Amino acid sequence: MRRPHWNGRGLTRGLAAAAAATLAVGLASCASSDRGSDASSTAPGSGAPGSSASGSGGTSGSAGSGGGAAADTFIFGAAGAPSMFDPLYATDGETFRVARQINEGLIKFTPGTADPEPALATSWESSADGKTWTFTMRDGVKFHDGTTVDAAAACFNLDRMYNQTGAGATQAQYWSDVMGGFKDQKDDAGQPVPSLYAGCQADGNKAVITLNSSTSKFPGVLGLPSYSIQSPTALQQYDANNVQAQGDSFAYPSYATEHPTGAGPYKFQSYDQANNTVTLVRNDDYYGDKAKTATLIFKIIPSETARKQELQAGTIDGYDLPNPADWSGLKDAGFQVEVRPAFNVLYVGLTQGNNPALADLKVRQAIAHALNRQQFVTSQLPEGAKVADIFYPDTVDGYTDDVTKYDYDVDKAKSLLAEAGQSNLTLNFWWPTEVSRPYMPDPKSVFTAFKADLEAAGITVNETSKPWNGGYLDGVEAHQADVFLLGWTGDYNTPDNFIGTFFTRTDNRFNTGTQPWGAELSDQLKAADAIPDKDQRDAAYVEINKKIAADYIPAIPISNSPPAIVVAGNVQGLVASPLTDERFASVSKTG
Amino acid sequence: MLRYTVRRLLQLVLVLFVLSILLFVWLRNLPGGTVTAILGDRATPEKRAELESVLGLDQPIFVQYFKFLGRALTGDFGQSTGVAPGTDALQVFLTRFGATVELAFGAIVLALLLGIPLGYWAARRKGGVLDSGLIVVSLVGIAVPVFFLAFLLKYVFAVRMGLLPPSGRQTPNIDATRVTGLFVLDGLLTREWDASWDAVKHLILPWIALATIPFAVIFRITRASVLEVQGEDFVRTAEAKGLTTSTIRSRHILRNAMLPVITVTGLQTGALLVGAVLTETVFAYPGIGEALAVGFTKKDYPVIQVVVIASAAAFVIINTVVDLLYAVVDPRIRTR
Repeated sequence: MRRPHWNGRGLTRGLAAAAAATLAVGLASCASSDRGSDASSTAPGSGAPGSSASGSGGTSGSAGSGGGAAADTFIFGAAGAPSMFDPLYATDGETFRVARQINEGLIKFTPGTADPEPALATSWESSADGKTWTFTMRDGVKFHDGTTVDAAAACFNLDRMYNQTGAGATQAQYWSDVMGGFKDQKDDAGQPVPSLYAGCQADGNKAVITLNSSTSKFPGVLGLPSYSIQSPTALQQYDANNVQAQGDSFAYPSYATEHPTGAGPYKFQSYDQANNTVTLVRNDDYYGDKAKTATLIFKIIPSETARKQELQAGTIDGYDLPNPADWSGLKDAGFQVEVRPAFNVLYVGLTQGNNPALADLKVRQAIAHALNRQQFVTSQLPEGAKVADIFYPDTVDGYTDDVTKYDYDVDKAKSLLAEAGQSNLTLNFWWPTEVSRPYMPDPKSVFTAFKADLEAAGITVNETSKPWNGGYLDGVEAHQADVFLLGWTGDYNTPDNFIGTFFTRTDNRFNTGTQPWGAELSDQLKAADAIPDKDQRDAAYVEINKKIAADYIPAIPISNSPPAIVVAGNVQGLVASPLTDERFASVSKTG
Repeated sequence: MLRYTVRRLLQLVLVLFVLSILLFVWLRNLPGGTVTAILGDRATPEKRAELESVLGLDQPIFVQYFKFLGRALTGDFGQSTGVAPGTDALQVFLTRFGATVELAFGAIVLALLLGIPLGYWAARRKGGVLDSGLIVVSLVGIAVPVFFLAFLLKYVFAVRMGLLPPSGRQTPNIDATRVTGLFVLDGLLTREWDASWDAVKHLILPWIALATIPFAVIFRITRASVLEVQGEDFVRTAEAKGLTTSTIRSRHILRNAMLPVITVTGLQTGALLVGAVLTETVFAYPGIGEALAVGFTKKDYPVIQVVVIASAAAFVIINTVVDLLYAVVDPRIRTR
C-alpha cells in the first residue's frame, strides 16, 4: 500500500480556504436571498365570520427562500401525507382535503355550511317511502380524462363501492359505517350483512338509487369525499379495486397512487415524496367557477410549530387547526384566523360494565353535576365555544335544548352519590397524550380541570394517561376505562351522524349493550333514522335527546368548540367550513 | 484484508438478524399499533377484528415474524401506514435516504473542514486567545442540544430575518428534474442551477445544526492528538535530522494525529443519525430521521423497521470502512 504524501501546509491552508469558502457561501446566500417583501395589502375578509380583514403576514415573490409562491399558486401546509388519492378507501382528513379539490359527488355542501347543494346532480327527489332517490345529472360535464359525467358513471361508482371485496371492503370504511354491508359480505354465521344500498339504475340523465330502507343519511352522505363520483374509464384502466393486504398494511393500485380522476376544479399532477409535496393544477374544463389559482400545492409538514413558522416566513399560505393559544398572536401578526362554525362535541364517556357503580343512573347524574363545564369552556376553549347539553351542535337537525340540564352543583352531586350509596366512589379516569383534536385542543388541561371537579364532589380519581395511538384508543374501545375523554367531528348534517354513530351499535365504546337501556336506545335510533318525513324524524330525535339526557346518560356532553384555519393576509376567498370542507378553488392571492 | 472483510460482513448479517427479531417483537408489544393507525378512532370492534384477520395480526408473533422475514429477504418490508401511507416502506426509505445523505454528508464535511484546521491551529497556539476561544466554542457546541440549536437557527435566520427557508428540501413549485435523489447534485447534473442552489439554501441551517457536535468533537480530538504527537520522540528525531517544518508538520505530526480523528469521524456517523432525527424534525426535512420520528408518532411499523435495520447496516458498514481506512493510514495495524 503506497503511503499518501501529504503536504501539511498546503493541506491546512486548503482546508482553511475551503472552510472559509463554506462560511462565505452561507453568508452570501443570506445576504443575497430574494425574500419577497411583506405584503401590506389590506385583504378583504375571506367571507367567514371572524376573519381579520387586513394583514401583512403573507409574503409574495419569486419562489425561493423566505418568499411565498407566486400569486397563481396557493401552498397549504398539510399535517400529514395523504393515504392515497382514492377517497373510497380513506378515513383521514388529509386525504379527504386533497380529494375534495379533485373530485365532486352527486351533491356537495354549500360553502360555510353543512347544507347539501347541487354538484354533479342538479336536483334530486325522494319517493314518499324514502327508499328511492332520483338524481338528475348535470349536462355537459367531463371528468379530467374527458370521460362524460352521466347517470351511468354515477351508478358505476355506487355499484363499485357496494361490490368491494376483501382488502378493499376492509378499507372502504365510510361505506360500511354508513351503508352497512357489501354485496357479497357474509357475517360469521354465513349470513349476508345487511346493507342500505339496493342498487342504482341509469335512466336517461337520471341516476335512480334504491335503498332497502329509508334513512336520514340521504342525501347528505353523498357529499362526503368517499362518495365522490370518479371516472369509470380511469377506475377500470388503472385497476382501482385492486387493493391488497401486504405485510402490516395495504398496497394500493396505481389509480389510487398516480391516476385519480375526478370532475373537480383541480386535477392531480404529482405527489413528490422526496420533497413531501402534492401538486394539483387547475381544471380548465370545470363546469363551475374555475379555480382562481393555477396551481394548488399541499406541502406536508408534520409539526404544527413548523407549519406556523412556515406561514410566518411566508413559504406557505395557510394551514389547518392552528392551536387556539396561537390565534391572537397570529391575528396580531396580520394573518387571517378563520374560525369555523363548531360542528363537533367533546364528551366524558362513562363505560358501562366496567365499574358497577356507573350502572346507577344517580351516579352518572352526580358526575354530570360535578363537572363545571361552563368554567372549563370559559377558561380553556377558544372564543365561540359553548357548553353542550346534547351530543351535537345546534346547527344539526333535531336539535333541542329542552332537555334535563345538569348545572354545576357540587352539593347535588354529593347528595346523589350518597343516595346511591357511593360516597366513597373511586373512578379510573383515562385521558390521551400525544394528540390534539379540534374538540379538545389540550387533553391534559381538560383532564386536570375535571379531575379537580370530581375530587371536589368527593370522588377519588385514579389517572391513566396513554398516547392516543399508544394504548388510549385501544383501551377505551376495550372498555378498560371507567371514565374517558373523547369526542367527534361531524361528517354531515344529521343527528344520526352523531348519536347514531355513538349509540346505535350496542357494542360501542360506552358498552351500552350491558344495560337494558342500551338496546332500547339503539332501537329508537334505528327507528328515527328510518323515518322518511324530515319533520317527524326531527321530532323523534328531539325525544331521543330528551331520554338520553334524563334516563340514560351514557356519557356527558361537554362542549362544542370552533376550530380554525389560518391563511396569510393576502389570501382572499377562503370560506371556512364546519365540515373542514374548504374548497380552495375560490381562493386567490394578491401580490 | 479479504478475510477480515468477510468476517465483518458475517457479523453484519448476525447483527441485523438479532436486531430484526428484537425490533419486531418490541414494536408489536407496544400499546396501540397498526389497526388503530389505519382505522383511527372511528373503528368498530368488528372492523378491528376484520382488519387484524386480513393483515394476519391475529396470528402468533413468531409466525408473523417469519412471514415478515421471508418478505424482507425479497426486499418487501411492507407498506407504510403513516409516513407515506400505502407506499412501499423500502421505497419510503430509499426516497428519503438521499435527503439524509445530503444532510449528513454536508454536515460531516463541514465539521471536518472546520474541525481539523482549527484543531491544528489551536494546538499550535496552545494557551493563546484563539485556542481558549475555540475551546469555549467547542464546549458550547457539545453542550447545546441539537434540537434547541436547530430551533434557534430556524427562528432567527428563517422566521425572523427571512434569510433562508424555514423547512423542507426544496421550494415546492421550482422546476427540478430528479436524477439521483440528491437535490443539490441533481441540479448540478441537469444544469438546473436554480434548483441546486435552492436545495443548498434549504440545507444551510440544517447543516450548521447537525455539524455542531461533530465539529466540536473533531476539533477537540484533533487538538489533543496534535498536542500529543508533536511531543513524540520521532518528531524530535525528524527535527534533529533537519527536515523542513512543513515536512515535519505534514508527514509526521498531522498524519499521525489523524488516526484518532478518523476513528471518531466514523463513530460520529451514528451520532449523526440521532442528530438527523432531531434536525430533520425541526426543519421538517423529509429524510429518514423525520421518517423515523413520524413513524413512531404514527405507529408506522414497516417504516420504523426498514429505517432502523438499514441504518444499523449503514452504521456497521461505515465502521468497517473506517477500520479499513485506519489500516491504510497506520501500517502497524496492517502488520498485525
